[in-house]
Formats: sequence, structure tokens, C-alpha cells
Amino acid sequence: MKKLFEFKTKTIVATGIGAALFMLLFMYVKVPTGIPETDVQTAYGIGAFFAALFGPIAGFLIAFIGHAISDAVQYGSPWWSWVVASGISCFIVGLVYPRLKVDEGVFGGKDILKFNLYQIVANAISWIVVAPVLDIVVYGEPANLVFTQGAVAALSNAVSMGVIGTLLLFLYSKTRSGKGTLSKE
Amino acid sequence: MKAKLFDYIEKDNFVFNLSGMTKLLCFLILTFTVMYSYDARVILPILVFSFWVLHLSEIRFSQIKIMLYYVLVFIAINFVLTFLFSPQYGVELYGTRHELFSLTARYTVTAEQLLYQGTKVLKYLSVIPLGMMFLLTTNPSEFAASLSSIGVSYKAAFAVSLTLRYFPDMIRDYNDIALAQQARGLDLSRKERIGTRLKNIMNIFVPLIFSSLDRVEVISNAMDLRGFGKHKKRTWYAFKPLVKNDGLAMAICVAIALAALGVAFFVDHGRYWNPFIA
Repeated sequence: MKKLFEFKTKTIVATGIGAALFMLLFMYVKVPTGIPETDVQTAYGIGAFFAALFGPIAGFLIAFIGHAISDAVQYGSPWWSWVVASGISCFIVGLVYPRLKVDEGVFGGKDILKFNLYQIVANAISWIVVAPVLDIVVYGEPANLVFTQGAVAALSNAVSMGVIGTLLLFLYSKTRSGKGTLSKE
Repeated sequence: MKAKLFDYIEKDNFVFNLSGMTKLLCFLILTFTVMYSYDARVILPILVFSFWVLHLSEIRFSQIKIMLYYVLVFIAINFVLTFLFSPQYGVELYGTRHELFSLTARYTVTAEQLLYQGTKVLKYLSVIPLGMMFLLTTNPSEFAASLSSIGVSYKAAFAVSLTLRYFPDMIRDYNDIALAQQARGLDLSRKERIGTRLKNIMNIFVPLIFSSLDRVEVISNAMDLRGFGKHKKRTWYAFKPLVKNDGLAMAICVAIALAALGVAFFVDHGRYWNPFIA
């Protein structure tokens, strides 16, 4: 049985490597949507993938560290409200971790549904509630601006997680051999 | 895409010789102070202070040129968007209305709005040098040590140091894979439709992710074999012990934070400085 808040050496390393990947994609691999200043951040797809494989703590730290360091490197200082929201979105996706058996090669229609359900809830909570509210409370930004930004972010991150995350999980499950798949000849 | 994000060039001066822990704490304290305060009279001195410390740290302009450019673009966009979405936010905030001139009925420029947006620009400008300073004057090996010394679990701190260690490797892997796939005719540029481009990006992601997962396996085995995580605490090779100057720096930062809070509580009675109601 997988424990939800387990933090083994492997989780730590996966967090470190995952955050490095997240940072790389966050800074360099964006898919422009056509609307100015709104890109589909491919990084969230990777974040969700790692969260589903290694659990909520790894998910939270990957997005938090990855987002904070890339902000710091690009702008000099992290934009804390969005960094926290990033972390929370991957944390919530990570809650699906005990319900999936991707590392045993199982990722069927039901699992895809489960993953996407968590993912959509995660994006809705973190980008439509957490990020704008923190922006208003912490930074004193005007409400209608941050809620609009949040809604756009929720949508584009849900697309990123839904497409990239699901595809990666599916492909990864294909490379794993399940329990009891050896047959005697 | 460059594998080198920032330079750490060691120098011998007051800022460089501070412990990473001090710099991290000061950065956090001042960042949160500036985040909280909406009083230009408080933020302006902090802005001057942070640029003075940046000057003190002898960071060359070429090292921070790109960051500054990004920040200025960000501030400009935020400035315009704020005005577009909430042209009367200042009026709402300060409770008075001093019209200066009007573009359309909705977009009337008021003194309140200018004060609000001006203060916001100052706020963003004043944290930037602090973050850059922490980043550029702290040995990257010391990041994890500083994080764990301010109370972050050493396992999480270790994840941060793994991130910094493997980031350049990831960039190299990504470039190798991207070039190999492009040699096979994969187009990632704007010429391709968005759907095809997403698919093409997946063709880079899959090998990148799978090789990273293998790497996770190798590294975590190596760490387990060396007994990582056996004890509740660990020491850090790169940790710089605290000296007198660290105390001085922290005292200055705490004093600034307390002064800002004092102004907020006793002078402004809140976060905002309201010169419109005398």
C-alpha cells in the first residue's frame, strides 16, 4: 500500500530532478496560445506527472522549488502568491497517487478519468481561488485583474496537465511490466 | 537556451562574506516588509537601501542586465493591465477622488490611481536588487545549508541542491534530444500548427522524462547506499559560520522591518498611506 505522505530518498531525488525539469520547461518551453502574455506552460504537465508518480509532497516541492528558482533567476525575486499556488496545484494532483498503479503498468480509462478529475479540481482551486486571493491579500492587486489572470492560468494549466500529464502517464505505464505478467511455459 | 543561468564570481567584500543564512533571512524579512507596506515613504528608503547594498556587493551590471530587462517589461505590463482592468482602484482604496485628466469616461486618471500604481512600481523595484543579491553573492553549494539553517527540513533543502546541481545536465539533455529530433524533421517553430507543435514537443519530452526517471533511480540508490536520511539532522560542508557582521546585517534588516511595521500601525493605521484624507 502506498502511503500518501511518504518521503523516502527516492522521493527526495525525484523532487530534485523533477524541479530541475520543471524549471527548464517553465523558462524555455512554452506554447503560445495567441493571446499575448498567456502561454500554455508545459512545465505543469511534468509537475502533474511527477506528482502522480511520487505523491503530494514531491508534487508540491517540485512546483514550488521549480517556480521559485526560475522566478528568482529571471526576475530577481519570486512572485510568492503564484509560487504557492503552483505548489498547491501539484500537491492536490499528488493526492491521486495512492489510487493509481502507473508503476505497475496500469493506466486505463478509469485512471485517466481519475487523474484528470484531480487535475481539474487542483487547477480550479489553486488558480481561481488561491492565487488571486493571495495576490489581493499579499500584494494588494485589484480583484478583477487577478481573477481574470487566474481564470486564464487555470484553463491553460489544465490543458497542459490534461494533455501532457495524461500522455506521459499513459506512455510510462506502457514501459512498466505489471504484477504477475510472467507466464510459465 | 543557455546552460549557465547566472555567474557566481567570488569577491571579498561585506556582502559576499556574510553567511548564506543571513542573506536568505534578510532577503525574506525585507521582501515581506515591502510586500506588506503600501506606504511610499517607507518603500522609498528601502529602495535606496537595497540599491546601495547592491552597489556595495560589487555585482557588475552585465551580470544583472537580462534580469533587469525582464523585470522592467513585467512592471510595464502590470502597470498597463492594472489601469486597463481597474482604472478606479485607487479611488476605491483611498476613498477620495481627485481627477487629473480623462481619456474616456471609464479611463479617468486620478491622483489616487497614480499614487497606488506608483507605489506598486516602487514596491516591485525595491525587492529585485535584494533577490539578485542573494542569488549572485551566495555560493550555490551554500543554498541548501542556508535553507536548512532557517528551519527548512534538510530533506527538502537537499532537493533544492539536487535541483541546482542537475539543472545544467537537464538543459544539455534537452538540447541533445531537441537537436536529434529536429534533425529527423521535427518542427518546433511558429510555422507549425499548435496541435502539431504540442505533439512534437511530446516527442522531446518522452525521452527526456524517461532518462530522468532512470537518473532518479541511480541517484537515489547511490544516496541510500551512503546512508542518506538515517539521522534526523545533518551538517553541511558549505555552511559558513555566523560572525559579527552577520549579526549586524540581521539587526539592520530587523530594524527596517520593525520601523515599517511601526509606521503601518501608528502612523497609517493600516497598510496604506492615505495622504488624501488629512
